Amino acid sequence: MNAPTSRLVLRAALLTLVAIAATFALDPFRNYQLATAAGCFAAVAGLTVLVGLTGQLSLGHAVLMAAGGYGYAIASTAAAEALPGSDALPFLAGLGGAVAVSGVLGLLLGLAAARLRGPYLAGLTLAMVIALPSAANVIPALAGDQGRGAPFFPVPEALSSLIAVEQWHAWLAIAVAAVAVTPLAAMRRGRAGLRMRAVLGDETAARLAAVDPAKVKTGAFTVSSLAAGLGGAVLAVATQSVSPGAYGLGFSLLLVVAAVVGGLGSIGGAAAGSAIIVVLPWLVDSAASALPADLGQRLNGNLAVLLFGAVVIAVTAARPGGIAGLPRRLPRPPFTRNTRTPETEPNQNTER
Amino acid sequence: MPAPSKKTALAAAAALAAAGLAACSTPDEDDVPGVTDDTVTIGTHQPLTGPAAAGYASISAATDAYFQYLNDNGGVHGREIEYLVKDDAYNPSETQTAVRELVGEDEVFAIVNGLGTPTHTSVLDYLDQQGVPDLFVSSGSLTWNQPETYPNTFAFNADYVTEGAALAQYAVDQNPDATVCVLGQDDDFGAGILQGVETVVGDEVAEAQEYSSSNEDVTAQIGAMMAAECEVNILGTINGFTALAVGTAAQMEWFPQWYVSSSGADYPTLVEYLGEEEAPLLLQGMASVNYLPNSPGSDWYDLFRQINEDYNDGADFTGNTVFGMSVGYLFAEALAAAGEDPTRESLVAAIESGDLAGNGIVPLSYSEDDHAAYRSVGIAVVDEGVQDFVGTTYRVDDGTVEQIEADPVPLENDGVPGQ
Repeated sequence: MNAPTSRLVLRAALLTLVAIAATFALDPFRNYQLATAAGCFAAVAGLTVLVGLTGQLSLGHAVLMAAGGYGYAIASTAAAEALPGSDALPFLAGLGGAVAVSGVLGLLLGLAAARLRGPYLAGLTLAMVIALPSAANVIPALAGDQGRGAPFFPVPEALSSLIAVEQWHAWLAIAVAAVAVTPLAAMRRGRAGLRMRAVLGDETAARLAAVDPAKVKTGAFTVSSLAAGLGGAVLAVATQSVSPGAYGLGFSLLLVVAAVVGGLGSIGGAAAGSAIIVVLPWLVDSAASALPADLGQRLNGNLAVLLFGAVVIAVTAARPGGIAGLPRRLPRPPFTRNTRTPETEPNQNTER
Repeated sequence: MPAPSKKTALAAAAALAAAGLAACSTPDEDDVPGVTDDTVTIGTHQPLTGPAAAGYASISAATDAYFQYLNDNGGVHGREIEYLVKDDAYNPSETQTAVRELVGEDEVFAIVNGLGTPTHTSVLDYLDQQGVPDLFVSSGSLTWNQPETYPNTFAFNADYVTEGAALAQYAVDQNPDATVCVLGQDDDFGAGILQGVETVVGDEVAEAQEYSSSNEDVTAQIGAMMAAECEVNILGTINGFTALAVGTAAQMEWFPQWYVSSSGADYPTLVEYLGEEEAPLLLQGMASVNYLPNSPGSDWYDLFRQINEDYNDGADFTGNTVFGMSVGYLFAEALAAAGEDPTRESLVAAIESGDLAGNGIVPLSYSEDDHAAYRSVGIAVVDEGVQDFVGTTYRVDDGTVEQIEADPVPLENDGVPGQ
């Protein structure tokens, strides 16, 4: 391990500890929201690295999360039946299942993604989201609209007097999210990240420098899927269920919103974006319920969507770099610096 | 390896400080959650928006209207009931959030009448783990009746197997030679109805079809049933799909007999789907099962009608209204029986005691080892635009169906328990 990477791992470990410590200051429902946000964070981090570094726009990361969730539910249920009495082993088996299912799906999609550009890849991934409910109804293992249950992971005996179950699930969520995101951060600042930027900047130039764009794109999509799959596993742990309704088009687009608002390519921005997409709808619904019943009911569910639209427009207009801000510490390859302004670069590339 | 020592120290300090706040997140066991000297707060999750809203959104409004009526008449043991209704859009993932908010934030005493099989299944383990009474689930799945696994969960609807068996028995009693077919939702609902039908007619179900609620088209299913020359179609469908099935068949100029589960046979609701003009013709003779006081002119019916006028802005009075108010009454009765100072334990014990009467046309069957509400159902038929009981009542026990006498619970004390 070289010095920058070990520093990064240390920083990730510290942040994880701080996040876990923070759960003590939250009540159970906030901890549940934190767990949900951690799950989204893993997926959004994967998405933001994918879009920001390779310019591949995926609108279907919800499906990859669902794949991870189903993988978790199926593997952990099987493990819980095979090994009754153990809670930790089904959890680990579930994570394995999530990685396997989302990895395979991500690899297949990534192979297609390497051959598609901009709107075509967006269209393909969008179709995946729309197809999910039908797929769930056709494939018996996915158990239709009702979805699959995942085993409940209770608080271990030693901790049960100290923490509530939501807090325990928040811990698990934070730990899994850390495991999912740290490699992404390391990859982003390492050689792989450099290759991705090279491909993003100019594919022909990259090929001349012996970087194979197809391989880089496929690899990036697969890695991004793994993170999303682990995010789905986190949601399956927190909610003990996976159903197509939880991973609809609205949610999938919210993941993109989180990545854009946070700042494409930025991991810290992904964390902020995830927190926003979890907390904002809840805040809006709470506010709407304070309105007169008739008006409140009419706004219920619509107001949050409206607000997200406004936030995205405001952020792209005022700070195209997102919450993460513009001063990037990363060295930028010279050719991108000369041809495009950094903040608009990912968008231009995804649209060509 | 260069260690960022300042950050480490900061983080450690933060962790220590946070650990001191541990009490914030640990469960508090001194007070009874949701119960104060003058209020009892309970919550529910209901589809107020989304695909199921049209069929079921009126239930919680009716329950709330009953509670307002009850509160104006002194409440229960001097406590008013606060009923928190959260929208889950019939989406299990939203149910998760809604119920956690009710339990974690609003600290409700109990969850009452959570609606839907897929939705409520997703919070079953959570509620069990939290020890929250999970009362009168608004679904006929057998899942809610597992006292050993889920000691705090109680069903409200007659289960779908019971309904399917009673419908099939009535069909056979009317015409032993009829060709019986089943159309069911592709979950516990449809499967339960089919299972019930099969306990009566064995493997003589001529055609069993399924639909998915996310696909609003049943042409293929109805076509297959028409091709199989079905005479009696038993439906395990929600209201919207009952209307869709009947309407689709009519478009094909096919008019078989319809026997429909209570969850999808609310006549006024079906009229909204099919239209004032056509509905009486299309639904003439539709048989269904029910167990609540839905007879126009009965004391309960009249009381609920009055409450609906006074406390529900005179909303359309449907089977959902009766259902919602019946749930409210049953909860009030259980709360009254739980004593002057109710706890979650005494509430569950009051229901398990078997002393609750409810307001059905048949007795409740709650006991320590049976968490099903109704094991008997009455047959109701639509005749010239009026849906009423025809006096035939079936009891279903372990796969046997016997005809019994209805035994309606009389109205006492204007529907205010515990006086």
